[in-house]
Amino acid sequence: MHDTLTAQRPSAASMSAPAIVKPLPAASRFILQGSAAVMAAAAAALALPDTKLACRASAHGERAILWLGPYERLVIGGEAEGAELTRLLAAALVDLPHSLVEVTDRQIAFEVTGPHAAELLNSACPLDLDLSQFPVGMCTRTILAKAEIVLWRTAPETFRLEVWRSFSAYVVGLLEEAGRA
Amino acid sequence: MLLITCPYCGPRPELEFAYGGQAHIARPQQPADLNDDAWAEHLYMRDNAKGAHAERWRHTHGCARFFNAVRDTGSDRILATYETGTPRPAAGDLVGGAA
Ligand SMILES: [Zn+2]
Repeated sequence: MHDTLTAQRPSAASMSAPAIVKPLPAASRFILQGSAAVMAAAAAALALPDTKLACRASAHGERAILWLGPYERLVIGGEAEGAELTRLLAAALVDLPHSLVEVTDRQIAFEVTGPHAAELLNSACPLDLDLSQFPVGMCTRTILAKAEIVLWRTAPETFRLEVWRSFSAYVVGLLEEAGRA
Repeated sequence: MLLITCPYCGPRPELEFAYGGQAHIARPQQPADLNDDAWAEHLYMRDNAKGAHAERWRHTHGCARFFNAVRDTGSDRILATYETGTPRPAAGDLVGGAA
């Protein structure tokens, strides 16, 4: 697996690199914890389908709700709509016991994309990233080498990584090193 | 690497999990009513099974939930995993039928 990656990796300047790691635009983020009723109300407030299935994300435009656990979701929105998301969620959840914590600046997002994106991630993450086992729309908290990340497959050859800010240099450096020819 | 089946997430690599000690240990309802020996028994004394052992695990770097597993302490094989608060599976319901 690793041989394929190194053998096929062209020069850094090439447009056909097997996997590219790049930062994604800034976003607003929240961790929502609560019952199934809380999750249903939150999804409705954000006009997104309720992610009832484990390890699945629902997304539309810049907004997304990622299943992290049976009682925990990561809510992502555009950089400018943090206040709007807070208002929508607070209004929808006012009568339901829940915890809503803004974590906008705790983590930053990267995209790993290219025909060998899964292999590059697998250099430091033991999850089975075959499309049949980790399809588009699947997301999970997991481990990349020594850093905890949230991994979300947004397209067959594209993953979004949510990385805690202080781990980002480590994660990017590790992936660049792993993909080096 | 072992694969451990989280009751919520399915089969996942061992390094996402943390061990949490023996399962099904009920905290005494009235600790103040216990003498020192009974309290020490609750706090410190655990089974040392050779074979099937019910224990707590936490999918720390996944869904972050605690759950229970029956593990064969001889082979390290996980024979069953189940949600916290549900009873230990009968021997016939374990992987391999009995342990
Ligand atoms: Zn899990």
